[in-house]
Amino acid sequence: MPGITREEVAHLARLSRLELQAEELDHFAEQLDVIIGAVARVSEVAGLDVPPTSHPLPLTNVMRADEVRPSLTPEQALSGAPAAEEQRFRVPQILGED
Amino acid sequence: MTDLIKYTAADTAAAIASGQVSAVEVAQAHLDRIDAVDKKVNAFLHVDTEGALAAARAVDDRRAKGEELGPLAGVPLALKDVFTTKGVPTTCGSKILEGWIPPYDATLTSRLKDAGVVILGKTNMDEFAMGSSTENSAYGPTGNPWDLSRIPGGSGGGSAAALAAYEAPLAIGTDTGGSIRQPGAVTGTVGVKPTYGSVSRYGLVAFSSSLDQGGPCARTVLDAALLHEAIAGHDPLDSTSIDAPVPAVVAAAKLRDVRGMRIGVVKEFAGEGYQAGVMQRFNESVELLRELGAEVVEVSCPSFTLALPAYYLIAPSEASSNLARFDAMRYGLRVGDDGTRSAEDVTALTREAGFGPEVKRRIILGTYALSSGYYDAYYGSAQKVRTLISRDFDAAFAGVDVLISPTTPTTAFPIGERADDPMAMYLADLCTIPSNLAGNAAMSLPCGLAPEDNLPVGLQIIAPAMADDRLYRVGGAVEAALNDKWGHPLLEEAPAL
Repeated sequence: MPGITREEVAHLARLSRLELQAEELDHFAEQLDVIIGAVARVSEVAGLDVPPTSHPLPLTNVMRADEVRPSLTPEQALSGAPAAEEQRFRVPQILGED
Repeated sequence: MTDLIKYTAADTAAAIASGQVSAVEVAQAHLDRIDAVDKKVNAFLHVDTEGALAAARAVDDRRAKGEELGPLAGVPLALKDVFTTKGVPTTCGSKILEGWIPPYDATLTSRLKDAGVVILGKTNMDEFAMGSSTENSAYGPTGNPWDLSRIPGGSGGGSAAALAAYEAPLAIGTDTGGSIRQPGAVTGTVGVKPTYGSVSRYGLVAFSSSLDQGGPCARTVLDAALLHEAIAGHDPLDSTSIDAPVPAVVAAAKLRDVRGMRIGVVKEFAGEGYQAGVMQRFNESVELLRELGAEVVEVSCPSFTLALPAYYLIAPSEASSNLARFDAMRYGLRVGDDGTRSAEDVTALTREAGFGPEVKRRIILGTYALSSGYYDAYYGSAQKVRTLISRDFDAAFAGVDVLISPTTPTTAFPIGERADDPMAMYLADLCTIPSNLAGNAAMSLPCGLAPEDNLPVGLQIIAPAMADDRLYRVGGAVEAALNDKWGHPLLEEAPAL
């Protein structure tokens, strides 16, 4: 099994929306290399003809009646928002200028 | 009445129901205890003095009106800070949720309130329940009441420490890989991971959705059973909630009879890495069960040796997805929003500032495991291991009623010893993880002190899914026999705080 490089960790951090500091990156790369080396043992079973289990309960599409029920008011829903305006979450710009 | 704080939950409820003591007096005694010792223990992140006293007053009012009280009415409880509480801060031990006041109650919180349980406050935990020592809390570590320089286990170290320090007779934990049972083991208290799906996850801040399960923590097996029945049961707000009757765990806890039961000792949970004193107390428990009339046999579950690696792929994978909700847009911390940065940059800066190292490691690890090119080798294989572990359990339970093992390979380790060594930390959950992967039920209860360090050892009991009552039957019998032998509950031997 391949280990993990500092560059890969930096890439994964970007994908995960984590603005890691340089020293954090060094430290995590070292630790994650050890962790991945240990967990890679699961690939022992990769070739076995065994169905995967994603969940302990065999549930599919749990439905309920489509009824109007009490819910949060806009004020309650926005009560924890870092910024709000006109009963909406106010967010930084999502699209670029151009 | 003296020493209200040492009462069991069952005795407390009985004393309140009979009018020997008021719920307000009980609540005040515990608030005073928290005031006196929690600066040392740091079990609580938030103490809700007013809410607790109001809830206690409501119980006293109901009694005064002659209303019938439930079996836990007026009993104080410490709630792990991972369940939402309307109007009361919920942080999950993370800076990213500092100051967040949820606008709604978790189903578990509502059930506790409906039962007349008095919620004293919210307990410390490893950030987002990731850890085995409570050192990963952004709000400082919790001390183990047996030795404040040692860890109280994790992630629910605050809940377990609150019990052991007599700050509350009941507590709630969540168990994703052992976070109820391992803290129970190292603090000399009782902790139960109910069958997956039996306690609602609505309002439980998600870490690993296919593994997370709330459950009861207490100082006695009967108290845990009373709390179990109060919180378990179908909830339409949780699509993974099991729609079936809750096993009769209170009745089972009172049986105190294991004659004729078949008990399997898991062969794989011994050997290298297991502390001698832990194995000594475990082996004595095996002998005790034989003396009590159970038939004990050795059972092999070969796939369990792959449980830890599979867990550290599955749990981080689910976590990396679940924690994507902390994007600085709708609640919680927002950093760097100075009008020049994009939403994406603000999200990344906020997550960098708001998450601690273990959370970041797991998010990166999960993102890696789910990446194309690695998915089959890692996440796919881990899911196959999950199937193999369930098959091992099925084969074992075809021949025995319950399985037993030590809860954790060692007693409480010193704070700081494994803090920056993730793999060493992960080993604390070696024996508890298989039950999370399979979704069955498991309990830890105290079975003595390790001779070499005088620290508590936990006995783990594992039962098939929806056979939680067997845990309480065996646990109740072991507890009664050990208390007879010792002449008192184990916790009496803990040093005074």
